[in-house]
Amino acid sequence: MAESKTPIIEIKQVSKVFKLQDQTINALHDANITIRKGEFVCLIGASGCGKSTLLRIIAGFEQPTSGKALMWGTPIAGPDPTRGMVFQDYALFPWLSVRDNIGFGPASRGLAKPVVKETVDKFIELVGLTKFANAYPHQLSGGMKQRVAIARVLANDAEIVLMDEPFGALDAMTRERLQDELLDIWQRTGLTVVFVTHSIEEAIFLADRVVVMTPGPGRIESDNPLILPRPRDVASPEFNEVRRVLGAKLHSHHGKKAA
Amino acid sequence: MAMVETAPPPAAVTLDKPVGKSPWERLKPTVLALIVPGLLLLFWHIATTRRWTRLIPTPYEVGEYMIDFAVGGIYDDAFSATLVTHLLASMGRVYGGFALAALFALPLGLMIGRIPTARMVLDPFLQVMRPIPVTAWLPLSMILFGLGPRSAFALVCLGAFYPILLNTIFGVRSVDPKLFEAASMLGCQGNAQFYKVVLPAALPSIFTGLRLGLGLAWFVIVVGEMTGVPQGLGAVIMDGRTLSRTELVICGMIIIGIAGYISDRIVVMIGNRMLKWSPTHHG
Repeated sequence: MAESKTPIIEIKQVSKVFKLQDQTINALHDANITIRKGEFVCLIGASGCGKSTLLRIIAGFEQPTSGKALMWGTPIAGPDPTRGMVFQDYALFPWLSVRDNIGFGPASRGLAKPVVKETVDKFIELVGLTKFANAYPHQLSGGMKQRVAIARVLANDAEIVLMDEPFGALDAMTRERLQDELLDIWQRTGLTVVFVTHSIEEAIFLADRVVVMTPGPGRIESDNPLILPRPRDVASPEFNEVRRVLGAKLHSHHGKKAA
Repeated sequence: MAMVETAPPPAAVTLDKPVGKSPWERLKPTVLALIVPGLLLLFWHIATTRRWTRLIPTPYEVGEYMIDFAVGGIYDDAFSATLVTHLLASMGRVYGGFALAALFALPLGLMIGRIPTARMVLDPFLQVMRPIPVTAWLPLSMILFGLGPRSAFALVCLGAFYPILLNTIFGVRSVDPKLFEAASMLGCQGNAQFYKVVLPAALPSIFTGLRLGLGLAWFVIVVGEMTGVPQGLGAVIMDGRTLSRTELVICGMIIIGIAGYISDRIVVMIGNRMLKWSPTHHG
């Protein structure tokens, strides 16, 4: 999309070490990445490559062991409504209806009831769940739950949406539909999206940039801008060429390890 | 504005129950539930009319006595038409003791569940106290609270205390950590999370604790009323025992069973209303 040059997120030489009893795990080593407003960035890699750790550092759930994580030039101190997170397992509040889940953020920020209601109505319609406004999460399918989770962060005026394998638990057809819907929302709202996935196809279908990460220790292998025109056709030769190139990068560390 | 057509995906909301049940389908649960009590009654009847034992009255005698106990007019002895008095006395102790137990156990449970220091201070002590049965407390309770209703009240309270406490602690501690992250990234942080995340998330467990606690309150009422109270179903049973009036004992037992059952059904109904969001609290 229309990229402005303002970096919204800057990750500078960020490392994250977890200590488990006498074991230390280098979850992320010397990561550098700049994300500009309006970009759709996918983080991709095998498990243990640090993609979720990086996302959680951006979210503010984890603090870097060394290095800097900045938003608009200010260090990220903790979770904040400007950076909304969409979890793989939804993390909806089971005791709240669809309506109240989406209204949770606006209500927490102390907005007046009519304003909350108006906001909720708007985003419930955006994700097509108006008919299910009063249903509880356990009554919804996985795809519907994830729509609620997306609406919940959008309703809270998030500037960046961080998505941790959000469609990983969904069946293929629902996943494709949610991918289309997500792109549609992104294109119409000018959001910034950071999207973690382990599917090359999903990354190429969605992203402006695909950041390939490799494990042991988790690090950024390469940052790949995609110049494929949208909407993207997964069956096109260009798409497959990109898939081949990224696939090679993704698996490159296997060779290194064997050597 | 909606960006997609929104046909509801499969496995979606089930809004209405299946309609048009046959009369048998409606009656089936009741009929099935009555089989075991019916057989027991039959066995009781056969055993007593055939004089396998002379110490237990027949179901008919107990039934007749139950009527006298409830409304009088048959034997007209000291216990005739006193059922309501005894029932109300016991109910007062059961609900009073239960309420007092909840009053202590809920805040304590929330504290132990949430504050690690409180847990380290209180949990070992409570774990040691917990296995001591209410019956073992009886003598000490009579010394501390005297003979009579206060002692009964205290024992019922003690009986209801642990299930409420333990389930509250469990509920508070087993809140999905993701929900705290979700709340904090939505702008609900610090103490606000206690009311907006911990309490509602722990509610099903707390509710289970209250239900078990109330059940146990009915369970220990007889022990509680062994402390020399003049009225109450437990007192009736103890009197019946001393006077060798087994029919009185059985009447008391049946009434405690029924009262406890009704009390539990009411709690379950309240729970179903309050926890209609919880898939494990239906029915």
